[in-house]
Amino acid sequence: MRDELQKRVVKGPDGVEFEVEPLKDYYCEAPPAEHPPAYLKIVEDLFNWARSQSLWILGFGTGCGAIEMRPLMTPRFDAYRYGVQWRPTPRQSNLFIISGYLSVKTLKRVIRSYEQMQNPKYVVGLGSCTINGGMYWDSYNTIKRLDDYLPVDLYIAGCMPRPEALLAGFETLKHIIREGKAEGANLYARNFDWYKANQKKVIHDWDMPDYNW
Amino acid sequence: MDFDWMKIPYALLTLFIVVNYGMLQNALIAKIGARVGRRRGIPIWQNYADLIKNYSIRSSITHGVMYYLGPVFRLSGGVGLLLFVPSLYGSEMFSNLSFAGDLILALYFIFFGTLGMALGAAESGHPYAAIGITRGLQQVSAAELPMALAVFSVALQYQTLSVTEIVAAQQGGFQNWTLFTNPLAVAAAMLSFLGSMMRPPFDVVLAPQEIPIGPPTEYHSSYLALMQTNRAIFPIAKIVIYMNLFFGGATIWPEFFLKVFLIYMVSVLVGVVHPRFRVEQSIRWFLVWAVPIGILSIVLV
Amino acid sequence: MRALLDSLKSLYPLDDIVLQRPDLAFATVPAAQVRGLLHHLKEREGFTHLVLLTAVDWLEDGMFQLTYLLHDRARARDLGLRTLIRRDRATMDGIHDLWPTAATYQRELKEMFGIDFPGSPGVDDPFVLEGWTDLPPYRRDFDTKDFSERNFNHREGRVTHDPAAHMKRHLYPDEA
Repeated sequence: MRDELQKRVVKGPDGVEFEVEPLKDYYCEAPPAEHPPAYLKIVEDLFNWARSQSLWILGFGTGCGAIEMRPLMTPRFDAYRYGVQWRPTPRQSNLFIISGYLSVKTLKRVIRSYEQMQNPKYVVGLGSCTINGGMYWDSYNTIKRLDDYLPVDLYIAGCMPRPEALLAGFETLKHIIREGKAEGANLYARNFDWYKANQKKVIHDWDMPDYNW
Repeated sequence: MDFDWMKIPYALLTLFIVVNYGMLQNALIAKIGARVGRRRGIPIWQNYADLIKNYSIRSSITHGVMYYLGPVFRLSGGVGLLLFVPSLYGSEMFSNLSFAGDLILALYFIFFGTLGMALGAAESGHPYAAIGITRGLQQVSAAELPMALAVFSVALQYQTLSVTEIVAAQQGGFQNWTLFTNPLAVAAAMLSFLGSMMRPPFDVVLAPQEIPIGPPTEYHSSYLALMQTNRAIFPIAKIVIYMNLFFGGATIWPEFFLKVFLIYMVSVLVGVVHPRFRVEQSIRWFLVWAVPIGILSIVLV
Repeated sequence: MRALLDSLKSLYPLDDIVLQRPDLAFATVPAAQVRGLLHHLKEREGFTHLVLLTAVDWLEDGMFQLTYLLHDRARARDLGLRTLIRRDRATMDGIHDLWPTAATYQRELKEMFGIDFPGSPGVDDPFVLEGWTDLPPYRRDFDTKDFSERNFNHREGRVTHDPAAHMKRHLYPDEA
């Protein structure tokens, strides 16, 4: 654990000494709760339609596949037509695209970003590397199965998949959402211990709280 | 005091019309911006989908009381601005809650939202939010100065603080508009208008690239939805004031929609061709260009 | 370039000189002379830019080879210096005081090869691998496949084809 994360006593500018425990002070440690669909079916259907028509992608390119997301904003592909937008903060986004290989160091950041997103949230694995490691199957530093660490709604295979494949993937994801089957956030909350055990198995220097919203 | 209670449902009807018009117009403006970049852009109903989605997000976290109140203040700033100014001149239904001194109240409401946002964003504790809101307050303060000068100039010119009476004085042909009777005040106010519309070159507050979207960084789900609603209302409410003060107001809805759209397009047209000002640049720009015009307009009146 | 190498040879014990292109040469120097030679090249000969600092693992010889690639902007030429250090005592003098950017290379070499540069700023901080416990992964005696199989969950059903054989079977099924 790094020094700045240790519990310690700090002297403030006004001379008062107080205790700081960064892992407790800065983060909430409450485990995630399940939020089942609470409304009438017809209301939930409307909400699911809105969710599917308003996919806000977290602007976090986790691997080389992120290069395939940039063309989606350009006139040639223009994903905005399909209600797909990019948001700069995990609080406001509801779709996390794991773009390609995921190194252990990035996985740590991905988990933190994912946990800061609000329920319902979706994960799309982009490229072969997220499925079975792809060309990095024997690498010492990339994970091989994304669904062991995060609940994945959809995989888009390829190395790399072209932007057209991504657009097709978005359409499939919309179908899944509209059918009410994209409940990854609840799955994560239900199997929280299993996901955490898997995450801690590969992240050897776990220096954050178990759950940081 | 005789208060006509029928005014309340009428005012709510105005609000309803303006919310829908604002959502569609924002989408239309986004589409126009996309067309400039040779894209098709978002569907016209995109804002509704975003809004419903944000209201339907199941979990949300809070950072404290002010964090709740920030979007509420912001929305009440927009709604208040709209409700205390007559939308349509001469219409019993859509004069809203206008009264004799509403011009002063309107000036206050323009600032109110940013102030509420500052409190809420500060409580969210995100550094980007703090940077964004600091920039926002500085810029709005600088932009407010020529606006206030122009408003005083207009108030002096017509010898009243009631928006209704100012509109009344401008009726009877476009040569009676303040735009032609007091062009300097209008010029100063329009420069200030550019600064308060959150569009380039004055969009450093949100700064989508450098400080991810600034003040609302930590806002999500229903909080964000409230702010989106305000995003639809506030520009329209602000433009209504401009329309009433400077462009002769409107007497029927089609005229209202057309004038609001055209005034909005001024900031859009400036926005799509200009890069972004930094805060100190924009403040200097307001002080050098807009404020002297405002002072001059008062002196000449 | 040749004139430069000749003048350097009279000052330092250069070895294995390869003149690869008119504007690119490589030479080997003993580890003790590297700092002096780099300093001389930077201050006197105009090689002001450190392009890269990297390492090669000569497992069979028990040596690490460090390569310093320098660039002379004014005359548009590159000079690569190689030096060999013992694998079992992998320690080298840092050059972060000559080029501050070298500290990053040295930090990376410490992590990936386990070559220590005492005194280099942040040399012990994790660079890419956080919480690494095994052998440094770029050492050739580190078995990456074995490590990956031990450390990560793998998905069943992965098959590997030899491309040539696979395409032959695919395109000419009769001959297979």
